[in-house]
Amino acid sequence: MNAFYGLFIVCALALAALVGVGGGGMTGLFAVAIPYAAVAIFVVGFALKVMCWAKSPVPFRIPTTGGQQKSLDWIPYARYDNPVNSRDTVVRMILEVLTFRSLFRNTTAVLGKTPDGKPQVGYFSEKWLWLAAILFHYSFLLIVIRHMRFFTEPVPLPIQWLDWADSILQIYSPTLYQTNLLFLAGLGWLLARRLLYPQIRYISNAADYFALFLIIGIALSGIYMRYVAKVDIVSIKQFTMSLVMFSPVVPKEIAPSFFVHLFLVCVLLAYFPFSKLMHLGGVFLSPTRNLPNDSRIHHHENPWNPKIKPHSYEAYEDDFREAMVEAGLPVVKQLEEEA
Amino acid sequence: MYDGSKILAGLIVFLALVTFPFWNNFGAKEWKQPELKLPPKEVATQCIESKEYMREQHMKILDDWRDQVVREGKRIYIAKRDHKEYQMSLQNTCMKCHDDKEKFCDKCHTTASVSPYCWDCHIAPKAKGN
Amino acid sequence: MALKPEELLATIDYLNPPKTGWMETPNDFSPGRWPYPAKPDLHRAMGFKHAHEWKADEKDWHLPENWKQIISEGFKARLDKYRSFKVFMDVCVRCGACADKCHFYIGGGDPKNMPVLRAELMRSVYRADFTTAGKILGKLNGARVMEEDVLKEWFLYFYQCTECRRCSLFCPYGIDTAEITMMARELLHEVGLGINWIMEPVFNCNRTGNHLGIQPHAFKEIVEFMCDDIEEYTGVRINPPLNEPGHEVLFITPSGDAFADPGIYTFMGYLILFEAIGLDYTLSTYASEGGNFGLFTGADTMQKLNAKMYSEAKRLGAKWILGGECGHMWRVINQYMDTMNGYIQEGSNLTTPRNPITGTVFHNAKQTKMVHITEFTADLIKHGKLDLSPERNNHLRVTYHDSCNPARGMGLLEEPRYVIKNVCNNYFEMPPQTTREQTFCCGAGSGLNTEEIMEIRLRGGLPRGNALKYVQDKHDVNMMACICALDRATLIPVADFWAPGVQITGVHEMVANALNLKGQKKREVNLRGEELEEV
Repeated sequence: MNAFYGLFIVCALALAALVGVGGGGMTGLFAVAIPYAAVAIFVVGFALKVMCWAKSPVPFRIPTTGGQQKSLDWIPYARYDNPVNSRDTVVRMILEVLTFRSLFRNTTAVLGKTPDGKPQVGYFSEKWLWLAAILFHYSFLLIVIRHMRFFTEPVPLPIQWLDWADSILQIYSPTLYQTNLLFLAGLGWLLARRLLYPQIRYISNAADYFALFLIIGIALSGIYMRYVAKVDIVSIKQFTMSLVMFSPVVPKEIAPSFFVHLFLVCVLLAYFPFSKLMHLGGVFLSPTRNLPNDSRIHHHENPWNPKIKPHSYEAYEDDFREAMVEAGLPVVKQLEEEA
Repeated sequence: MYDGSKILAGLIVFLALVTFPFWNNFGAKEWKQPELKLPPKEVATQCIESKEYMREQHMKILDDWRDQVVREGKRIYIAKRDHKEYQMSLQNTCMKCHDDKEKFCDKCHTTASVSPYCWDCHIAPKAKGN
Repeated sequence: MALKPEELLATIDYLNPPKTGWMETPNDFSPGRWPYPAKPDLHRAMGFKHAHEWKADEKDWHLPENWKQIISEGFKARLDKYRSFKVFMDVCVRCGACADKCHFYIGGGDPKNMPVLRAELMRSVYRADFTTAGKILGKLNGARVMEEDVLKEWFLYFYQCTECRRCSLFCPYGIDTAEITMMARELLHEVGLGINWIMEPVFNCNRTGNHLGIQPHAFKEIVEFMCDDIEEYTGVRINPPLNEPGHEVLFITPSGDAFADPGIYTFMGYLILFEAIGLDYTLSTYASEGGNFGLFTGADTMQKLNAKMYSEAKRLGAKWILGGECGHMWRVINQYMDTMNGYIQEGSNLTTPRNPITGTVFHNAKQTKMVHITEFTADLIKHGKLDLSPERNNHLRVTYHDSCNPARGMGLLEEPRYVIKNVCNNYFEMPPQTTREQTFCCGAGSGLNTEEIMEIRLRGGLPRGNALKYVQDKHDVNMMACICALDRATLIPVADFWAPGVQITGVHEMVANALNLKGQKKREVNLRGEELEEV
């Protein structure tokens, strides 16, 4: 049901763009007003969200330690799983952000039987989620970078190289981008596991499907333009360049399918800061990963430390003095003093 | 502990990256589509198909031509527009008129960062200057 | 526990979650599903407002009239105090990597025990109250309005989380359910909902110095009884100093080790070790608790109870503090203690710990001035300062259970293993997905080691119990060592249920059994008084 909601909303959005531009005469809205608004919402929303996180302090160092601590000199420690200095913590973060290292650990728990028929829980390595996530994220990144050909003149060499490398298999014309396939493969698995695994289906809400279908919609509309409709990309570049130069021009040669693509991208940008997609920024601020495990070595300051006093020794002794004296335990104040 | 400066620095770097298309073109007023050098009137007055069709579909046509010629031995293309017959040939049909690769093909391909593999096999003719 | 292991296992079904969505699935408050509420006078005595009588299986929980406001304001206050909480409320993508990492989910199959859904119980309210998208889109965006049933659900499921942090290890964003559980429990306490198994130890610890409520004279008696036993078994009389100023080291260990077996054997182990090396130390009755049930209550309570350690070290003029075998105690010491209470060190004699026997300086404890007993003992063994006869442990086939907190909140993995391997000759590891940083909870940490929820505990103990059974079958393991006083209590029913025949021991019980004391008589029995085979 949640999947259906997500799909329905994305289809409705795509249709809105098609109708709005196709026959509705709202090209100005979809081509100019919405893109500018979406970028503004993304930039401001993203910044505000990160600042909102930054406003809350990190009162305690709570890294999740994923390996041996640094203690005695002769015990080798897990430098990057249990870092004690900034350098190693940065490495841990880089590995986390660039290689999804925690996800790479993933296992799956299975209730099975031992050879002699006794029930047993087994844990198996499960890398598909990691693989799909890596494919999806890196493909997305490369696709975004590749799109810079629409916003630069001359197109910088690295972007040309990327374009060349991404189509190196020279299949079809215009050449097939490998990232397009990998992107869809990654997205496909991320969607399929939400639909196929009962556990994951149970925890998925409409927003989860919406984000997936939205990005799938963007991918498919892009693929449709390139390989099926074959839109006039030089006219599109004229439009995109005019947008980023703040003097929008909408050449009439541009096909409606482009505006579907553009509108879905705008929806993604505008939706981003208010959604779980903010994990892009949040992953950097996670206190279980971005701090060294060193609060036994260095003082960490908690700005709101309430400095709550313990029940004092004096009060404790007052409470138990008689019994303590009788038991021969040392006391600070003797019984007679008390009297 | 806030690490405010680190977060701010990271945020600024991120926002700088995502707004690249805007600041990269800062100050520029207009981007014009590349001007293509079309063959002079005495060489040709029209392409095999309409201009719009060619702009969007030329790569498809060339791809089809290659397949038909190489795999099926078919060499005649019948235009959709006026049913005129043409030889399926990049060099002998297209480049008979559009003989200057640099001033025709490359113009759009460069700005769109497209590197067609036509020229992996074909050799562009020497521009006759027409 | 009426069910047999096979019957319990047969009830687990990961593939068929309830037909109703999780927001629509009603709470099940059948007996055995919830720990008993805290006694109002204890709740009140610890400074909490709105203490009241209530029962989880009654419809009316007698919440304060403005409970929604209290929760909402408390929620906001905590978002402003903890970046972790704020980020964790926002960034989860529900990828489900955490789902089958939780021992309660593995052993029960209730989807609300998947860490992701446990956190969603709070996130749903967060979205409705504090986010734009949640306010506009409501349920489509996973938001829901706070109601009494939601609060009850919090109680039900945040007392089925042992704050073990196994999920956080696997989360691509490091989302730590322990943080979320802590916040939820703090909020519940603000509207007068706590559990007695936590509140009573907290109250006791505050007044008597330890969770069990052992008063100073009784503590002394207990130590003397242990020394009597030690004398009987070894022929050496030990007289440990108590509350004495002027010693180099203050030793603090969880009071669980002073109370019941097998914990007491571990305590005896410490005393024998200190005697053997001639350590200049004292015990304290005022700071006679290493553990800290405040961690399971709220940050303020944790700070209040923990403050006794530095206060007492300062009063007694100790140079550094040696800490015993305890799990959550070391989460507090490693990640909270100096931040909270380091200011108390000012004006004390506390200095960077140095092992007086070997001369090793513990630079890793430069700031807290507190050393873990297995770090200390490993250093002693490495320097050859202990006269060990590991063959006295030859009847034991040992495996080792990493406690959650020292594993994932500290990284104390090799030190205990090094000690164990030096004091016994038969050591076997459990499967790697169940040990070290991937270790499983005993099923009853974070104050859930109460009898009334035994079925939940045993279900939560399934992953550990099953791994234990594996080495029992494969290597005839008959003893599981641990460095946690709670484990020494909670792993016994887990082992009895899932791997009957395996016993539980502290590491220092084995150390002491292998350790030779100057002037000892022939060691014919171990610390449990069991006869040793001639070796």
